[in-house]
Amino acid sequence: MEKITFDQLQEELFHEKMSNGLNVYILPKKGFNKTYCTFTTKYGSVDNTFVPLGKDEYVKVPDGIAHFLEHKLFEKEDGDVFQQFSRQGASANAFTSFTRTAYLFSSTSDVEKNLETLVDFVQSPYFSEKTVEKEKGIIGQEITMYDDNPDWRLYFGLIQNLYQNHPVKIDIAGTIESIAEIDKDWLYECYNTFYHPSNMLLFIVGPVDPEKIMTQVRENQAKKDYKAMPEIKRKFEEEPTQAAEKKQVLQMNVQTSKTLLGIKALHVDQTGEVLLKNELTMNVLLDLLFGKSSDNYNKLYDEGLVDETFSYDYTQEQGFGFAMVGGDTEEPDKLSDRLKQMLLDANQGSVFNDEQLARAKKKKIGAFLRAVNSPEYIANQFTRYAFNDMNLFDVVPTLEKITLQDLQTLASEVISEERFSVCQVIPKQK
Amino acid sequence: MDSTAEKITELQGYKLHVIATEKYKTNTFVWRMKAPLTKEDVTKRALLPHVLQSSSAKHTSTAALRSYLDELYGATLYVDLAKKGEYHVMSVSLEIANEKFLSDPAPLLKKGFELLSEILTNPNASGNAFDQDTVEKEKRVLKSRIQSVFDDKMRYSNVRLLEEMCKDEPYALQVNGEASDVDAITPENLYEYYQKAFSEDEMDLYVIGDVKEEEVRQLAGQLLQFENRTPKKIQTEKSAARSNVNEVKEEQDVKQGKLNIGYRTNIVYGDPDYFALQVFNGVFGGFSHSKLFINVREKASLAYYAASRLESHKGLMLVMSGIDLKNYDQAVGIIHEQMDAMKKGDFTDQELEQTKAVIQNQIMETVDTARGLTEILYHNVVADTTISLDTWMNEMNKVTKEEITAVAEKIQLDTIYFLTGTEAGK
Repeated sequence: MEKITFDQLQEELFHEKMSNGLNVYILPKKGFNKTYCTFTTKYGSVDNTFVPLGKDEYVKVPDGIAHFLEHKLFEKEDGDVFQQFSRQGASANAFTSFTRTAYLFSSTSDVEKNLETLVDFVQSPYFSEKTVEKEKGIIGQEITMYDDNPDWRLYFGLIQNLYQNHPVKIDIAGTIESIAEIDKDWLYECYNTFYHPSNMLLFIVGPVDPEKIMTQVRENQAKKDYKAMPEIKRKFEEEPTQAAEKKQVLQMNVQTSKTLLGIKALHVDQTGEVLLKNELTMNVLLDLLFGKSSDNYNKLYDEGLVDETFSYDYTQEQGFGFAMVGGDTEEPDKLSDRLKQMLLDANQGSVFNDEQLARAKKKKIGAFLRAVNSPEYIANQFTRYAFNDMNLFDVVPTLEKITLQDLQTLASEVISEERFSVCQVIPKQK
Repeated sequence: MDSTAEKITELQGYKLHVIATEKYKTNTFVWRMKAPLTKEDVTKRALLPHVLQSSSAKHTSTAALRSYLDELYGATLYVDLAKKGEYHVMSVSLEIANEKFLSDPAPLLKKGFELLSEILTNPNASGNAFDQDTVEKEKRVLKSRIQSVFDDKMRYSNVRLLEEMCKDEPYALQVNGEASDVDAITPENLYEYYQKAFSEDEMDLYVIGDVKEEEVRQLAGQLLQFENRTPKKIQTEKSAARSNVNEVKEEQDVKQGKLNIGYRTNIVYGDPDYFALQVFNGVFGGFSHSKLFINVREKASLAYYAASRLESHKGLMLVMSGIDLKNYDQAVGIIHEQMDAMKKGDFTDQELEQTKAVIQNQIMETVDTARGLTEILYHNVVADTTISLDTWMNEMNKVTKEEITAVAEKIQLDTIYFLTGTEAGK
């Protein structure tokens, strides 16, 4: 077990790689009641074309299967694992993203027992025809719930505009039609390919004794017979750098219009420190352009084009990435045009000064401190960073290194009209 | 449970609550103001904190104020409104980094305190009126905030249930006020209301973090002083039981139906059987092991979510589920069956123990966040009680099956609201 110390933050992190390849991290948090624990596989909705374990040919799986699998893993021959967690006073959950599936619990007592339950249930799949069919009704209602949600439709509509081929454009839960194709054999095939310990990360944060917890996990894993696993082969089609569609307007049962402008990212093959610096630079750029203290935001607010729902965000993962900015507005076209112009203006050379950059960095450093108050943030973000060969605790030092030149270079590369796209939700015309 | 050791001091015009803990890397201030919920004031109260947080006498524009917050290591400042029973509560929260974790030794606690005081007591106003531009901008945003409820069908159906259920009670008022009352607000009458609220509301300040109680008390005494007052209390009248269940169906263009059911519990925070009510709600619908989740979702596959929650200060229990339009009768039938099972005491010791363990865990987790901790402690302010967290846990853990069935006898079904699709009638 190695110990990594972060002096300024006054935190210690413990790490060990198990002999089956599982990476385990423990961050003790004194004074907290809660222990929060995530067990995550590097497998999400975008991993839909791959060579299944023990086979030679690529297969394409039904849309929504990673998420379906997440639901079904909780069910065992003798009942539902949720029940077991609640008997042990824990609250359990799971989520599926584009690139990860995470299983988690939080508890303020019986941590060892709950940890054992978490690791064991994720490592012992039980899928049957009957329970797979039953789940289709439940997930069907989850899909319909999102269908009625204008913010979700707007977000996914924009991704679909930006991407031509990449499976990031497929809704994480799939569709009623696509999940109809899922059966237990598909689930086992995905499980066997992606749930090997060497493709997974276990993170424990809370008032725990790291030595004791690490020993427990080591003993637990030693009891299980995992064979070494060949590298997982995933396939993604070639993706153009420009946006697939310029604009999409969705008519829905709403009273307020919404608009979201997206920029398709470049350099989506980055990993490690390069990716970390790139995404932090992009975040600082967006803060300077659209943050509440920015000229742009205040102009738009004063003109009545935006309200408090206005927001911006940047996502970058292996193979895809996008910046998004927008919100509720009475004039969706005018707002989209203004946002485009503001971005294009920023690409015309240096628009920021050192003082603004220093302030933006201070803001991000404070936000990081606030974030590490949260066990959920630490576990989930650390895992995401690790899967991209980055380290969450490098955020502040990397941030400090960003220069005006970095901002300018990134702005001039990424901000380009051919990579813009707009998605809008407007009230349904009678 | 030293993290919840709350030190309360009566200061001029408000109570200071200090919770000193080394858990966090930031310090949190939460300022709360509470007054009875009335049609006359609700919209002004919904606007006021937003005007206060958008600028001040010293930072005269939003850009200037927000730049200053960025400078203070991205201190966060936000306001929100809540209904706690028939009280309307305005909150102003500020969270600021603890300089102990920074290479820069600037004294941030004091600066944060000064800024909070500036926001509350030194607004961007001249004479007896707020800055006109600010008020007009925030009126526009308030209108869109009220309107946006319609677009979020889960929230919308909950709001509609309460409107139907509490028709002639203040609780039917929306937390953000009424769109039709926004236009009548002026920089002058809002300023007048600001002065009234600060002289009449019950006010509390929570300070949580790695702080010294003495230092906080001194700063608070210097920076925030108001007139002493006797806060107004509401008289909760137990509403008469309905003779018939109120069933409301509303058609809209939606794919998923939203089923919301309201019950009167006739029990509020501070009542002796409140703890039994908590456990009742947990067995019935609060969690993923509860009857509603198991029977509506897991057994019948009708829904993705099916849950109940309590409105502790108003004495309501609210059930919500998203279902296919055609499954209304089946879902309502299953929910009724679960309530009957509760009344008959048809639940196992294991369900009871499981529920207590999960409630205990939930509370312990909630107090791990500064925000959650103030929410829990504030119950005592609203209900005018002094129930400690330890008492809460002990009493909850002592609840028996008989006490739960006794609670079940008090619970009355009031209103069933269904937001259904335009296709449903066909």
